[in-house]
Amino acid sequence: MSRYRFVLYRPFQLIPVLIGISIITFVLIRSIPGDPARVLLGPRTTESALARVREQFGLDEPLWLQYFYFVKNLFKGELGKSILYKVDVLKLIATRIEPTLVLVIGSVLLALLIATPMAAIAARRRGSWADHLIRIISTAGLGFPAFWLAIMLILLFSVQLGWFPVTGYGRTFWEKVHHMTLPCLTTGLALAAVLTRNLRASILAELQSDQATAARARGLPENVVFWRHVVPNSLVPTVNLLAVNIGWLISGSVVIETVFAIPGMGQLLIRGIFTRDYMVVQGVAMVFACATVLVNFLADILTVTIDPRVKL
Amino acid sequence: MTDAPILTVNNLSVAYEGGGTSHTIIDGVSFTLRRGEILGIVGESGSGKSMTCRALMRLLPSSRLRVTGGSVWLEDGRDVLSLSQGELTQVRGRRIGMIFQNPASHLDPVMSIGRQIAESIRHHRKIGRKEAWARMLDILRQVGIPDPESRANAYTHEFSGGMRQRAMIAVALACDPDILIADEPTTALDVTVQAQILRLLQQLRDERGLSIIFITHDLGVVYQLCDTVAVMYAGRLCEYGAMHEVIHRPRHHYTAGLVACQPGSEGGTGRVHTIPGQPPSPGDMPPGCRFHPRCGAADALCAARQPPLRETHEGHACACHHPVGIEAEAEA
Repeated sequence: MSRYRFVLYRPFQLIPVLIGISIITFVLIRSIPGDPARVLLGPRTTESALARVREQFGLDEPLWLQYFYFVKNLFKGELGKSILYKVDVLKLIATRIEPTLVLVIGSVLLALLIATPMAAIAARRRGSWADHLIRIISTAGLGFPAFWLAIMLILLFSVQLGWFPVTGYGRTFWEKVHHMTLPCLTTGLALAAVLTRNLRASILAELQSDQATAARARGLPENVVFWRHVVPNSLVPTVNLLAVNIGWLISGSVVIETVFAIPGMGQLLIRGIFTRDYMVVQGVAMVFACATVLVNFLADILTVTIDPRVKL
Repeated sequence: MTDAPILTVNNLSVAYEGGGTSHTIIDGVSFTLRRGEILGIVGESGSGKSMTCRALMRLLPSSRLRVTGGSVWLEDGRDVLSLSQGELTQVRGRRIGMIFQNPASHLDPVMSIGRQIAESIRHHRKIGRKEAWARMLDILRQVGIPDPESRANAYTHEFSGGMRQRAMIAVALACDPDILIADEPTTALDVTVQAQILRLLQQLRDERGLSIIFITHDLGVVYQLCDTVAVMYAGRLCEYGAMHEVIHRPRHHYTAGLVACQPGSEGGTGRVHTIPGQPPSPGDMPPGCRFHPRCGAADALCAARQPPLRETHEGHACACHHPVGIEAEAEA
């Protein structure tokens, strides 16, 4: 069990990451020209009204003091108040987190469902037409930008065939599934392309490995050798690749939520940037950072579970 | 050791096919193995000793390698080379077990030793989990792994070199095969551990009547362990016979050279004897006897015609036109 000891101290490593992210987002959003008070009140307003708004949100304080309040709030478990919506950022995020979670988890599940059999078929029938086809598709999949693929999927499935809605999220469970299929497919396909190539390569190497030969020499049928000895040994590099890509997926949700008009956190972030809603941008960035760290943490636990040699 | 052969390899040939050409890697190798016999296959790297055993297990490491001829008869009259995939999984592990030079890479690193053994047992014997586990513990005990109950749950990387080799022997013996192919199992071990493993193999032969094909380049190990020896050079069998015969009265000039190469063999000048030249590469085999470019006794006949493997004495065969000591004995 000592191999799992990192679970205890790993959360403390989150602290420097959060400090870094908080400083970077705090500085970056404020270095964009523009004034949240002016965005809020519109072009025809008075200087005194502007000053009142700035005072209300503490925007007239010196920068270091603003950062101090931001961090102080963090310790109280608050992310501040949105300038535009006038509600707690945490509450705002709570209403927006579900679509983003569905998008990320759905994409990963779809990607795994597509990539695992594809990689298995390609590797076991190396050099066959199936292998070539899978390799061509996955290489092409790497080249398509997500927004382009999204538009193509919309054109085909929504506009031409009318199977799926173009935009939105829905209310009931099935409505949500219906609305989220295309967005999940968009990112899922891109992720599947990466995973298939990686998994195929590591399965191929493992099929030729000494331990696979020895398993065959024991009389185990090829199917048993494949699923019980080859695949588990091929998974470790893929788990880490997946973790890195989930981080990419979380930030990529910004694009997908914009294309499909999904009311998720990515959309919230974009709107926050356009309206210079500093608190919202900071809050969403902190949540994204925590999520990315959490995913990598889970990947580490999974790696240690799969491969007994790994010590963290 | 009884006289009935348990494995008969007849004229086994393997070729490498690639780029439109075909090179014969293994050329007409034949030998028999009897119950309880330990046969040593000796030769330098690339002589084809490992490849021969991979071929008879149908475990050739590349799709470009192909068995081009010969047969491998089991005791029950079946030819391994013409078995279906399904029958093959019943022969591998159950009839013929195999251990390898590097146990660290030939055991699954992410499955515990106990589970690997139990997995084989369950595959071959179709018995329950609990029973397989009990049998597995029994096997670990037999190969001399102390405290099997706790070691069964350990992984390969948690074993020492010698214990890993014992574990691999346990995996290979899980289903009580009649034949064990040992591909340089002691090469990577230090000398004391090597001696322990050799003793273990001997003990298994004595207790279970196990027949062993022991592949090595170390004549010292052959001398300690084997009953019979087959010497391979450049993919061909050049000498085959009872161990003491072959070591003490080698007939083939290559074998004689090998014996002379052993440190501490006769002469005692303090210098290690070597055979001049290099073994030929598979794409560039000399005509006639493949050893003739390196052989002191070679003449025009050796370069022209391949010598057949023929018996020089009772139970001692040699593939040489001018066997060592034969003319000398005839003249005397």
